Amino acid sequence: MLARRIIACLDVRDGQVVKGVQFEGLRAAGDPAELARRYDAEGIDEVVILDVTATLEARQARAQTIRAVSRELFLPLCVGGGIRTEDDAAAAIDAGADKVSLNSAALADPALLTRLAGRYGSQAVVVAIDAKRQGDEWIAYTRSGSASSAREVVGWAREAAAHGAGEILLTSMDRDGTKSGFDCELTAAVSDAVSIPVIASGGAGSFEHFAEVFVTGHADAALAASIFHFNTHGVAELKQFLRTRAIPVRT
Amino acid sequence: MIALVDYGAGNLTSVRKVLGAVGAAVYTPPGPEDLARADAVIVPGVGHFESTRTLGQAWRHAILEQLDRGRPLLGICVGLQWLFEGSTEAPGVTGFGVCRGLCDRLPDIEPVGGVRQKVPHMGWDTLSFPRPSRLFADVAPGSYVYYAHSFAAPLARPTVATSSYGVEFTAGVEDGLVSGLQFHPELSGKVGLQVLRNWVGGVR
Repeated sequence: MLARRIIACLDVRDGQVVKGVQFEGLRAAGDPAELARRYDAEGIDEVVILDVTATLEARQARAQTIRAVSRELFLPLCVGGGIRTEDDAAAAIDAGADKVSLNSAALADPALLTRLAGRYGSQAVVVAIDAKRQGDEWIAYTRSGSASSAREVVGWAREAAAHGAGEILLTSMDRDGTKSGFDCELTAAVSDAVSIPVIASGGAGSFEHFAEVFVTGHADAALAASIFHFNTHGVAELKQFLRTRAIPVRT
Repeated sequence: MIALVDYGAGNLTSVRKVLGAVGAAVYTPPGPEDLARADAVIVPGVGHFESTRTLGQAWRHAILEQLDRGRPLLGICVGLQWLFEGSTEAPGVTGFGVCRGLCDRLPDIEPVGGVRQKVPHMGWDTLSFPRPSRLFADVAPGSYVYYAHSFAAPLARPTVATSSYGVEFTAGVEDGLVSGLQFHPELSGKVGLQVLRNWVGGVR
């Protein structure tokens, strides 16, 4: 039976892992390669590196981080943050990323998804959507959550999938860093609208929250950062808990 | 040296990395004529069956020649599907044909129970072994491996591993010198390493 995936996110800045609360107030959490190794030993299913402040000059540093993390990791590795062109994607993939995640660039030019899918396969193309609730819908935000794209999230998710995206990394900006639980309503709305996997992100604070987002939110995978980084809860313990709830996870 | 055939179907960085980790020396033959010095051949691949069209007569001939010389062949993902006769994904493209049957799209709805399921089949799923094989030696039934595919090969005589996603499909084949894996061993953690170690162990 297909397992629900548990994904660890490494928010990286200047080669170090940091984690923000609602995208602001970053606090240091450690060496990315060391963290990735620990997660691998604990049974993580996948790792995402998000270079939250990726700039032109940071690109080389990023390739170095990707290489260091991928060296000993034999699991899918996704890299996002500041990937705007085919060349950016190629640089990340050549450094060892199995997937690249695009946000602002995909909104500006959805055909970029098609080009990348043609070159690397859809399984290598992830669309990251930062969603903020507005009234009874959600709006996609860009530029690390600082600007509204005015695109309604469910419609954008469908369009991205039609353009060749292979997965959606869906972050609730309202829940991110709050530890109050994933936005199950948002996750289910997107997951039910597309046939590609949806990774729920933002708000993980307890094991119960993961069970909720798999059962109520119809998530195919759930991503968290700080809950794992600061050793609050181990990946192995989380999986054991999910098993007691009859949620299939990889052993 | 193991030849990793790069026919433009996706990224081979992780495949190279994992082969290095199990102690295999790898090179990428620029053309079919460069296969002659290979001790074994790997045909990887992601995405659409159409991409295997690039593996035209010259490549087929060179790969067959290597098999005749006793050199093992391993197909990964679309590379496994290519070992079959073809795929409904690209009806005009002929497979290598060493395994009988056509690859077909995985069902959107489970035939039993009628539950809607997503296609692609993406993520970690379990293996079953209808019979023992060299490829899956020391791999426990129920082990998880990483998949990313929408099409799959039917069960065939050389099938030595299966997984189920609405239907049961071929996860691994082994028939003399020919082996294939539908999942991505390079992304399947310790299990993937073990399977590749088993395969590389049979290469001299």
